Amino acid sequence: MSLLGKLSWDAIPLDQPIVMGVSFVMVLVIASILGWITLKGHWSYLWGEWLTSVDHKRIGIMYVILALIMLLRGFADALMMRAQQAVAAGDAQGYLPPEHFDQIFSAHGTIMIFFVAMPFVIGLMNFVVPLQLGVRDMAFPTLNSIGLGLTASGILLTNISLVVGEFAKTGWVAYPPLSELQFSPGVGVDYYLWALQISGVGTLMTGVNFVTTILKTRAPGMSYMRMPVFCWTALASNLLIVAAFPVLTATFAMLLLDRYLDFHFFTIDGQGNAMMYVNLFWVWGHPEVYILILPAFGVFSEVVSTFSGKALFGYRSMVAATLVICVLSFVVWLHHFFTMGASANVNGFFGVMTMIIAVPTGVKVFNWLFTMYGGRVRFEVPILWSVGFMVTFVIGGMTGVLMAVPPADFQLHNSLFLVAHFHNVIIGGVVFGVMAGYNYWFPKAFGFKLDERWGVASFWCWLIGFYLAFMPLYALGLMGMTRRMQHYDVVSWQPWLVAAAAGAVVILAGIVCQIIQLVVSIRARETLKVTADPWNGRTLEWVAASPPPAWNFATLPVVTDIDAFWQQKKEAHIEHAPAAQSSGYELIEMPKNSAIGFVTAFLAVVVGFAMIWHIWWMAALGALGIFLTTLAFAFREKEEIEISVEEIARFEEMQHAEVVA
Amino acid sequence: MRHTPLLLTVFLAAAPLAARAQGILDPQGPVAAGERQILFNSLGIMLAIVIPTIVAILAVGFWYRASNSRARYLPDFNHSDRLEVLVWSIPLMTVLLVGGVAWLGAHELDPRKALPSNVKPVTVQVVSLDWKWLFIYPDEGIASVNHLTIPVGRPVSFELTSAGVMNSFFVPQLGGQIYTMSGMLTRLQLQADHAGTYRGMSAQFSGDGFADMHFDVDAVEAGNFAHWVETARSKGSSLDASTYAHLSKPSAGIAPVTYRAVTPGLFGSILAAEQQHEDICTRTSMRAER
Repeated sequence: MSLLGKLSWDAIPLDQPIVMGVSFVMVLVIASILGWITLKGHWSYLWGEWLTSVDHKRIGIMYVILALIMLLRGFADALMMRAQQAVAAGDAQGYLPPEHFDQIFSAHGTIMIFFVAMPFVIGLMNFVVPLQLGVRDMAFPTLNSIGLGLTASGILLTNISLVVGEFAKTGWVAYPPLSELQFSPGVGVDYYLWALQISGVGTLMTGVNFVTTILKTRAPGMSYMRMPVFCWTALASNLLIVAAFPVLTATFAMLLLDRYLDFHFFTIDGQGNAMMYVNLFWVWGHPEVYILILPAFGVFSEVVSTFSGKALFGYRSMVAATLVICVLSFVVWLHHFFTMGASANVNGFFGVMTMIIAVPTGVKVFNWLFTMYGGRVRFEVPILWSVGFMVTFVIGGMTGVLMAVPPADFQLHNSLFLVAHFHNVIIGGVVFGVMAGYNYWFPKAFGFKLDERWGVASFWCWLIGFYLAFMPLYALGLMGMTRRMQHYDVVSWQPWLVAAAAGAVVILAGIVCQIIQLVVSIRARETLKVTADPWNGRTLEWVAASPPPAWNFATLPVVTDIDAFWQQKKEAHIEHAPAAQSSGYELIEMPKNSAIGFVTAFLAVVVGFAMIWHIWWMAALGALGIFLTTLAFAFREKEEIEISVEEIARFEEMQHAEVVA
Repeated sequence: MRHTPLLLTVFLAAAPLAARAQGILDPQGPVAAGERQILFNSLGIMLAIVIPTIVAILAVGFWYRASNSRARYLPDFNHSDRLEVLVWSIPLMTVLLVGGVAWLGAHELDPRKALPSNVKPVTVQVVSLDWKWLFIYPDEGIASVNHLTIPVGRPVSFELTSAGVMNSFFVPQLGGQIYTMSGMLTRLQLQADHAGTYRGMSAQFSGDGFADMHFDVDAVEAGNFAHWVETARSKGSSLDASTYAHLSKPSAGIAPVTYRAVTPGLFGSILAAEQQHEDICTRTSMRAER
């Protein structure tokens, strides 16, 4: 047995020019960024202020940066697929052989769900929830940093698979028996499993952290029914994480046992049952959809209300709808495989349950509508995304309910209609949501607004690009085209696929606009500078400075109603100008930075990589390292740093001076 | 957003066009026709609420834009018991209707349910292999690969399994799909009402050769079917354990062939071979058939 397990020079795909080209560019970019940091001497700043930070705002921003980087990777995969299908008609085989094409669609799905949508949503929650709750940090700040680290580990492993070895060729769901050793002997599925196991543990930690934070640490006076709706959706989303992610971890653990230790959970021999995996996967998978979309609904609620200059219509209905969705999302999983051959009663039951989820979702749409009704709607970038979402999501919801009808699903399952549907709700729902959130909270995070014109351009490119890219897929699904086809024999499909490819290019233009928006805004940050409350906000995050200090609030706000800040402003207006507080601050203790998140993440990559390549000694060393790191952390002497009264007063005075100026 | 209704129209206009391309919109049998009907009914019920909602979103957003001085500003309009009852009941009633369609449809078009017919169904045993389809006609004692011939106007009763990974047997113009899973038996009843050639395929990704895993379904008149059976019986090789072993090796895009004879019980042994012992699932479904 070799010291390096299965690893050898053969693992690097030197014979595949596309892969090597992409890898080369990727390595070059990473190397030049690292070189630039070294040259400029930014390492100590990066290490001290960011990588070891336990500040929820910094962690949130890092999550979003990870998501944006992986969006580029996942979108590059999408462009390659669209290009392949635009040309591979009739006898043409396109430019991607099946073994490469299969990896691309598997990586695209895995990356977009786990490493774009998840970190983006978690990043926004991280940044916003403690601020909205009027508190200074998460319940477990260091755990938060470990959660981020483990997500980054999963991302790193997925990207390593591009250069060393291969990624799964099974689709992002990795159904056995195809994902079993017998049919997928390579390391691709192992990359998939270990990347998701490691990041899944991180996500679970984050879920526990949020649930605790929201249940246990809120500003004085903030009862449950005074919480901002975004916090409610974050609570529901994280309850789902806590309930659903262990299922995924257990399912993947069983598949790992099958692959590593010759177990027979899902194999075709030894009485394994692959459909057990399919059931368990979707017991996690359907709640996962709501883990992503609920916080997006929360963003829309905040944005629609703020930019309409009105309180959210039907707050209680919104809360109830959120919780109904939260519970029901666990009883619909079978609609992902009506075609398994279950009885009519089973299919009928899950079909009807699925539709019932559409009720609270529909309620939300109507409530947003009534929030705009009688408002003064300022069409800035965040609400453009929100209205675009409302229209697009209604269509996606409709096609979803259509597929919840079992006989219709027998026709539409696994077709491009399905692909169009879930992109319709994930792009039209989650992506539009996080984009709205990104534009909405960016000024809070950095103290300046994002450029309006490039933001509007980006929105229109995304919206038009989305319709152009996915409406043809609905049609193709009705024509009987299935998903995941490396080439196809029916040439009449081709024009539709060319149109879809054009749509992808328009979305690319949207992404380019976003990058330009960021660059332009950073360059013009002095003119785009904002005070604490740039949008005439309603909730507590707009009380804190932009960007907020590490301690968020000099004195914890006292909450007397929903939309706490709006109420404060109204009262202040009546009593004429609030007295600026200049004294009476108290010493604040904040959690001390810790390297444990970074070190654990690094060692997790070592363990994951070693397990993928069967390098047992390295895996053991890595695991031991994680244990020792945790031990060292447990025995540390100083846990907190103190922020002096003078420092707080100085910061507050500076803020006040800026506001007056 | 201004373009959305336009694009929606394009999307809906695309539907009839799709009919030409051998999909569900051009059904050729009672099952597909029933599925299309349910698709249209559900779509119709939902469009009745979805279109007004989209129009309302755009209209309300436009009218209440900040620059419109004629719009009333109602900053305190954030609650109304009546409206909340309304917003819960509109989707609820829609779902009640579509839910009814779904429940009845699931029973009406249960893939296992025998089709009403005066003629005895043709039985076809389907095995998905890497990456081709094997069709066994147990009553006729013949078999074919990557080509399915069925008589018009007579129900076809499929029994399906897989010799390896999961696939999904799908002939859109005749009716919906069903999974093929190793060690498990699924059932599907289809019927062609018109003679013609329809595209069949695997709808479940199954590995590198997946894209070539399609086949033609020839629906022919009863006389022609008998003729086809006779021709098949008179040529080609016989499908026994050794030819099957050869056939089951992974290959993609192979030309259709027929076998003049099939070892009796081959399908049962494929079903059992992958699973050394019958598992509960198989036993239950086998028992249910008897």
